[in-house]
Amino acid sequence: MQLTEKQAFVGEPTTFRRVQWTRLLVPALALAYLGIVLLAPLFGLVRAVWDSGLAEVLEALNKPSALEAIEMTGILIVCSVVINGVVGTSAALVLVRQRFWGREWVNALFDLPIAISPVMIGLGFLLLIGRQGVLGPLLDELGIKMTFAFPGLLIGTLFVTLPYTVREVGYVLEEIGTSEEEAAATLGASPLRTFWKVTLPNIRIGLSYGLLMTVARTVGEFGAVLVLGGSISGRTQTASTFIHDAIEERQPAEAYGMALLLSLVSIVLLLFLEQFKKQRGSHGHRR
Amino acid sequence: MKTRGDKALRYSVSTYVILLVALPLVAIIGTAASGGLGLFLQEVRKAEAVAAVRLTITTGLIVGAVNVVFGTLTAWVLVRYRFPGRRLLSSLVDLPLALPTLVAGLLLVALYGHESWIARFLDTDIVFAKPGIVLALLFVTLPFVIRAVEPVLHEIDVTEEEAAATLGATPWQTFRTVFLPAVLPAALTGGVQSVGKALGEFGSVVIISGNVPFETLMGPVYIFGEIESGEPQAAAAVSTVLLALALALHGTSRWLAKNTGSRHAAH
Repeated sequence: MQLTEKQAFVGEPTTFRRVQWTRLLVPALALAYLGIVLLAPLFGLVRAVWDSGLAEVLEALNKPSALEAIEMTGILIVCSVVINGVVGTSAALVLVRQRFWGREWVNALFDLPIAISPVMIGLGFLLLIGRQGVLGPLLDELGIKMTFAFPGLLIGTLFVTLPYTVREVGYVLEEIGTSEEEAAATLGASPLRTFWKVTLPNIRIGLSYGLLMTVARTVGEFGAVLVLGGSISGRTQTASTFIHDAIEERQPAEAYGMALLLSLVSIVLLLFLEQFKKQRGSHGHRR
Repeated sequence: MKTRGDKALRYSVSTYVILLVALPLVAIIGTAASGGLGLFLQEVRKAEAVAAVRLTITTGLIVGAVNVVFGTLTAWVLVRYRFPGRRLLSSLVDLPLALPTLVAGLLLVALYGHESWIARFLDTDIVFAKPGIVLALLFVTLPFVIRAVEPVLHEIDVTEEEAAATLGATPWQTFRTVFLPAVLPAALTGGVQSVGKALGEFGSVVIISGNVPFETLMGPVYIFGEIESGEPQAAAAVSTVLLALALALHGTSRWLAKNTGSRHAAH
């Protein structure tokens, strides 16, 4: 009894001091972690560009091969945004609003690409539609070239970007329910009119967020696009495979120039994503 | 009429996802199995493949563990502390989701490469060695644990912790009884996701690891090499192994996330 009292008496100031100490230690550890993993590499790019010379880096970006790679990435962005916008919205409508046999499986398949290595998916499609693939002879007969051509790039990109719009639009659809749409239908609006006037304005922010993630993923995709496209300069080379080839060919100005450009693009995308996240947040609270 | 439209939409969506996701996976597993179990085991047991898969798993586990501890700490600091630059730092945590992983690898090489003062100061190889692989994987998996833990921390009532402290609990007891049960499932969800991502990562790793067989050659890079050298059978076999692991981890993280969700629904 006496002992415990004594312990309590002695114990209290030390625990108090320990709290003070951890109060500084924890943020110091967290900042060190962020510093080493996240901030230092960003600083590394700035220095690398500085070392290569900014003028030289910008000049490297102005070469035809670099411009063609940027153009290819741009075309892929347009295609994947349009296709994922339509597919993602339709899929979210089906998965949230409809109940059918196998729904869980379809749902799981839409989520799967985030778990699968892009290299493996490149391999999967190569085994299907590559020259030696299962459908290779048939495609050859028809004169269609899928791999090491634009269709291969697009398929790889569509695979890795699949989950984002479905998921974001799905969240919103679950949240808003169907009462507004039912009201529109009761008032005599056609299904198409209801979609344009009621559903689409409601899912606007979720859809934009999903599509921005789609753009980011399209710009960044490397493994699948390398395996399926082969990174042929001027034909199937994208901005990201351009960096890889520039490193292989020991052309630091090209590599760092494109890396700088893609970093700036992703920072701009990040700013937009933050903005939408805030809007989505306030949207959620209002309801 | 409405139901007919619904049905058409349902069938198109299901067909799309089966063609785009299920079919290539079937192709990989089918190719791996096509030569029989003997050939599959022969491909998987090749010394180079075993070393690559083993390296991928060990680095993945290290990265998962580091993320669980430091990601939770970081989330705690970002939610509970107020300091200048906090908002900016919090936004930057998502950068690895937006930045091409290849670029991430290049940035790490630029900073920690052989000629850099850091490598000279530490007198050890970071780039083209295992530490570089871990660093690259830590970068690409940075948001997972932080973003999983943050909402839970927002939900834990600070008053719960204060109540525990008032009732005479030591900080350690408060940590164990209030903080840990709430945060651990979320942290593990992010940790498992990190390991899964690490198993498949290619872009950053191919740049920073140097790809030396038996030393720094990672699983996905090995698979890429086999594809390039026209060995689809070997590539498919090793892919099947990594795929099984990735799917198991994916399922686990989804299950954990659902459990955290129900805990919060019960609140």
